Amino acid sequence: MQSTAPAPLPEEIRDVIAPLTGLEGPLLPMLHAIQEVWGHVPQAAVPVLADVLNLGRAEVHGVISFYHDFRDHPTGRHVLKICRAEACQSVGGTAVAQETLARLGVDWHGTTADGAVTVEPVYCLGLCACGPAAMIDGRVLGRVDAARLAAELEAAS
Amino acid sequence: MRIWVPLDSAAKALGADAVAEALAREAKARGMDVQIIRNGSRGMVWLEPLVEVDVGEGRVGYGPVTPADVPALLDGRMNSLGPVEDLDWMRRQTRLTFARCGVIDPLDLDDYAALGGLVGLRRAIGLDSAAIVAEVTASGLRGRGGAGFPTGIKWKTVAEARADQKYIVCNADEGDSGTFADRMIMEGDPFTLIEGMAIAGLGVGATRGYVYMRSEYPVAIEVLERAVVIARQRGMLGADVLGSGRAFDMQVRVGAGAYVCGEETSLLNSLEGKRGTVRAKPPLPALEGFLGKPTVVNNVISLATIPVIFERGAQHYADFGLGRSRGTVTLQIAGNVRRGGLFETAFGMSLGEVVNDIGGGTLSGRPVKAVQVGGPLGAYMPVSKFDTAMGYEDFDAAGGLIGHAGLVVFDDSADMLQMARFAMEFCAIESCGKCTPCRIGAVRGVETIDRIAAGDPNAAALLSDLCETMKDGSLCALGGFTPYPVMSALTQFPDDFATLKEAAE
Repeated sequence: MQSTAPAPLPEEIRDVIAPLTGLEGPLLPMLHAIQEVWGHVPQAAVPVLADVLNLGRAEVHGVISFYHDFRDHPTGRHVLKICRAEACQSVGGTAVAQETLARLGVDWHGTTADGAVTVEPVYCLGLCACGPAAMIDGRVLGRVDAARLAAELEAAS
Repeated sequence: MRIWVPLDSAAKALGADAVAEALAREAKARGMDVQIIRNGSRGMVWLEPLVEVDVGEGRVGYGPVTPADVPALLDGRMNSLGPVEDLDWMRRQTRLTFARCGVIDPLDLDDYAALGGLVGLRRAIGLDSAAIVAEVTASGLRGRGGAGFPTGIKWKTVAEARADQKYIVCNADEGDSGTFADRMIMEGDPFTLIEGMAIAGLGVGATRGYVYMRSEYPVAIEVLERAVVIARQRGMLGADVLGSGRAFDMQVRVGAGAYVCGEETSLLNSLEGKRGTVRAKPPLPALEGFLGKPTVVNNVISLATIPVIFERGAQHYADFGLGRSRGTVTLQIAGNVRRGGLFETAFGMSLGEVVNDIGGGTLSGRPVKAVQVGGPLGAYMPVSKFDTAMGYEDFDAAGGLIGHAGLVVFDDSADMLQMARFAMEFCAIESCGKCTPCRIGAVRGVETIDRIAAGDPNAAALLSDLCETMKDGSLCALGGFTPYPVMSALTQFPDDFATLKEAAE
């Protein structure tokens, strides 16, 4: 896990967001860029963003906390997203999720004790005709069951 | 020998990448001259990965294909489905918006142009603003994102607004469960969306466009971003669109997992880099939209339908349909269904025909109990309403909404009380927090449904009352339409809400 990594320096954060300052409405692209580099949005990014965009720190924090995607802490080595939406529920998605969470010993948003996997809920991956659907590190999976998810996680690690 | 293996997310989710790799490896080992093309999906998700092979006599389909099938497939020993265009699912459709999806290499602009692409844009270049808007109005196209607002009227408002800068914003935040048409077209035929946005730009006098795409669609993001670069290189976008002397360029922006950003004013706030809270209307986004400038906000399918309207003419498009629902509807058949996928057809088919005839009934083989039409904010339609025609007004009259035309089928094992509870829970999670009926109402809704489940005889009336308040008092469709699934479950499936109450009595 990256939790032991030192917090990024303001200059490092500035370097990542500098190419995006010319955009109209640059904050979300900047937050995505920061999360791409550090795996989360470190606290140290808030004052830098506020300064660069001439916003209050509270405003920047407000934006980060509004969106489900932005995290203030690192995830496990792999992120498993399981769809909780209606189409996946209609083909047994809820049971797949419950079984998987129980097997990993975590609740939604939790990370396994060994730091291997973080499980996030997702509300629709657009795979509604081949559910239950899931995504491991950006790779889409259709018609999954709990055993398949376990095997995919095993193969990924 | 040319072989097509879809790059569509649904095909990938069912193993298309492994099939493509196996085909490349096996062909190489045999020294065969094979060209593998990654196309979009034809929309027959139950056949994915659907591999198509052309040995000089048209494209023959095989599916679903696994890597283990590859040797037999290359030997010609695998049983084929026959010519793909002759499959019942394909023959029964009217593919206008999706005409090229699954057919072409999505990133081959020459392929695109060979099958009618750019004809519409070239025609629009020869028209003035008023004529472009009039063409859209005459087509009868209504917003395919769910609200069904006439697209021509929206464009007219923006066209007539005076400003130094106007924008075209494409709403690609397709968050509704049971919908995937936007994803499919962006993955399978991205140039049609780009062309539609360019025509919109010419029509209203906007030179900049944005596609606000949800982060849950990594494949669509990649394909569309690459298509925008190609379109720019080839002069379809930029300072001089196809030599017209007029400018239009666009960018893809990625959302951050907030469902409410599919609501247009919330989307605009998000695009500006703010919290995705809903704005009160007026002012309309058409007058004060992105950065306070006049903005067309249209759904992906609305914009992707513009090129064919200009290619074939407004009348050709308007000739399809039913009543005031003109043209085609891109049905997305999903959930517990035998043949799920995308089916484009003229408005007017009945709900029952779509579910039972096209979709083949449930995947589980059990009886259909309910179909949720229009996403998480759409009503649960019981089998008794299966004669409802697919049309905006028809669904409205039946107490539902057609929305983005996604259908999620449930079999008789579905617990409608739990589905109603989920609708409230989802609203509570995704509420932007701006208005009280949605922010607080959804939380109280979950609690009230739990009281019904626990046998409280007064809770059902309270839930109805709460739903009325949410409907009347919410700023946007999230709080305002969550009562649709909740109340339809309560009124159409009373048994699911009565069991514990009766047990308590």
